[in-house]
Amino acid sequence: MQGDFDALEKRLGISRRDFLKYCTGIAATLGLSTSEAIAMAEAVAKPKKRPVVIWLHGQECTGPTETMLRSEHPTLERLILEMVSLEYHQTLDAGAGHQVEHLKELSMKENAGKYLLVVEGSIPTRDGGVYCKIAGKTMLAHTVEAAENAAAIIAFGSCASWGGVQSSGPNPTGAVGAQAVLPGKTVVNIPGCPPNPYNFLATVMHFLTFGTLPELDSQNRPKFAYGRLIHENCERRPHFDAGRFAKEFGDEGHKKGYCLYKLGCKGPETYSNCPAVEFNDVGGGTWPVGVGHPCFGCTEQGVGFTKPLFSLAEVQTHTPPNAFPSIAQREDTPGMSAGAAAVAGAAVGAAVGAAAVVSTRLGKSDSDSET
Amino acid sequence: MSHAKPLGGSIFTPAFMLCLVLFVIGMYFLGVRFTDGMGAVANINGGFPWGIWVVYDVVIGTALACGGYALAITIYVFNKGQYHPLMRAALLASLLGYALGGVGAFIDMGRYWQFYNLLLPWHMNFNAVMLEVGLCVTTYILVLVIEFAPAFLERIGAHGVLKILNKMLFIFIALGILLPTMHQSSLGSFLIAMGYKVAPLWQTVHFQPLLALLTALTMGFSIVIFEASASQVAFDLPDETSLLSKIGKIIVGLLLVYLVVRFGEIILNGKVGYIFAGDKNSLLFLLETLLFIFPVVALLSQKMRQNSRVLLWAAVSMLFAGSLYRFNAFLFTYDPGPGYSYFPSVGEVMVTVGIVAFEIMAYMVMVKMLPVLHKEAHA
Repeated sequence: MQGDFDALEKRLGISRRDFLKYCTGIAATLGLSTSEAIAMAEAVAKPKKRPVVIWLHGQECTGPTETMLRSEHPTLERLILEMVSLEYHQTLDAGAGHQVEHLKELSMKENAGKYLLVVEGSIPTRDGGVYCKIAGKTMLAHTVEAAENAAAIIAFGSCASWGGVQSSGPNPTGAVGAQAVLPGKTVVNIPGCPPNPYNFLATVMHFLTFGTLPELDSQNRPKFAYGRLIHENCERRPHFDAGRFAKEFGDEGHKKGYCLYKLGCKGPETYSNCPAVEFNDVGGGTWPVGVGHPCFGCTEQGVGFTKPLFSLAEVQTHTPPNAFPSIAQREDTPGMSAGAAAVAGAAVGAAVGAAAVVSTRLGKSDSDSET
Repeated sequence: MSHAKPLGGSIFTPAFMLCLVLFVIGMYFLGVRFTDGMGAVANINGGFPWGIWVVYDVVIGTALACGGYALAITIYVFNKGQYHPLMRAALLASLLGYALGGVGAFIDMGRYWQFYNLLLPWHMNFNAVMLEVGLCVTTYILVLVIEFAPAFLERIGAHGVLKILNKMLFIFIALGILLPTMHQSSLGSFLIAMGYKVAPLWQTVHFQPLLALLTALTMGFSIVIFEASASQVAFDLPDETSLLSKIGKIIVGLLLVYLVVRFGEIILNGKVGYIFAGDKNSLLFLLETLLFIFPVVALLSQKMRQNSRVLLWAAVSMLFAGSLYRFNAFLFTYDPGPGYSYFPSVGEVMVTVGIVAFEIMAYMVMVKMLPVLHKEAHA
């Protein structure tokens, strides 16, 4: 195994230590153990044949690719390119035009049943899908064709997962996600706008290492990343439970980092691991809610790009009341009762009375001693 | 060796039986407090977390129990040995007053089973006035027990122990002066911590500890006069007026200092208007001030001070003045915010009455069984 890593050091130009650290990090994202991280490292270090990746772009802003390129440590993108054989990617390919399209067709034929298909961007379906064409063919046709012999299909980003911003009403192009045009196929959805690159990398690594896909939820999102509401892991959650909310941008509560629910934060109805994994590897709090902006629900179909930005979320757990009950009971405190007043008065009276009795008897003894 | 002797006589007098009945009633309500919780008995709420159990039993009760402290200063600091015959009775009253003040604080604690944490150094909050008071009062109760121990040791004839104790007693007497100075002024500092909730006429951030200490001392001297007078008629003891009149003189002096500080603060801070506002606060202030001024006027002349009845009424007036001062500041004019109100429930009052009744019972029993009071006349 040592030798494998030495070869890898030469091949990838990174140290063995950095490489193992990277694999352990990916395994941690997946919630796997250290031994499985080692298995991952081995899978990368001695590839039998690097799996081929075909990467399609539909209607989108290339955000998922951007996030992949920008969010990594410098050596990681090289690792990805070395780890898999990226045979077709419209943004990253050095070649262009008929040449790359020809290579793609060759590769798909050669690696039929073995390649990994990544779909980025939504697929227009209205009018036969004419609103997005690549190399004279509609995105719809490209997707169906590439999916036919793919070993696994990953829809990367919200557009590919469920249509994204293009699918918002009135949706003139009839944009849908990859799953909608590929009935009967399992499409792993990694939604997000942009999606978190680690969720994608972890899914790919899982596939490479174990040959299977990670556990998926009802919307085919990996459970390790989309198993919980943002609300559940949010660092501002205690403010929500205590009824402390920012009411407008820049107000006192906003400055103090209170809960953004009343500013329209969709964290309570959006499933994602944003608060746990965060973005850009620069440390704590680097995610929308962390920097003071309400979550807009980008990973959740029917929330992101659909609900108004500042409308209240439908809280999946429990909704806070508009006003929390006061801790102190101010009204209806029992007042002065007749009995209590009588007893208190009697006590004071008894004290004065006792003094009077003593005084009288003192006077008596005074006059006694005088006589 | 003191010349005090147990008074003897029957314990179950009518007065004792009356106190016993009151005590039993108080214990019933106390039982309800421990079985059904605080809310079942007390009317305290979020705005008035301190009802009469704290304000009377602790804040006023310990001030009323300052007799031992006041006399200890006179006898041991100013070296006036002639007051010594009054000392044991004053110490007994102090011990009972403080012990039951401690009980009052305990029963008023919502989570009384956590009380021991007060004594664990690693749980102490050194910024809390309450810590100072809690520790100081706890320690002082122990000191009072030791100070009063000679009476008990004499009674059981443990002369060897008594000899050793007498050699070390000066330490405890010194503590018995230091500790009340600390916590009686801290009881005033509570009001500082309460801030604007305390009405302006009673809120003086800088002088709160001084005013509390001065009134506690004067109340201590007054209770000595009251106890001596009451014991004299109750147990048919020799007249102590000559000694008590000198205490009357001390009271006048202390009260004059108090009035100068009190009114000086009010005038300098421009709060005179509140006195004549004609509302509840101003009326309470005027009543309180009258009760403070009465002893000064009554005891100003030498002739009046020799009159045992004038002395008694001056002392009683002072006791009411000091109590009303504390009631006013802590409860009557205390304003925790709109909507809150407090008046003690029957149960609350009866618990306090029961505790006072117990004090009186314990006092009556102890002076009959232990050498506390002097039967024969002295100079």
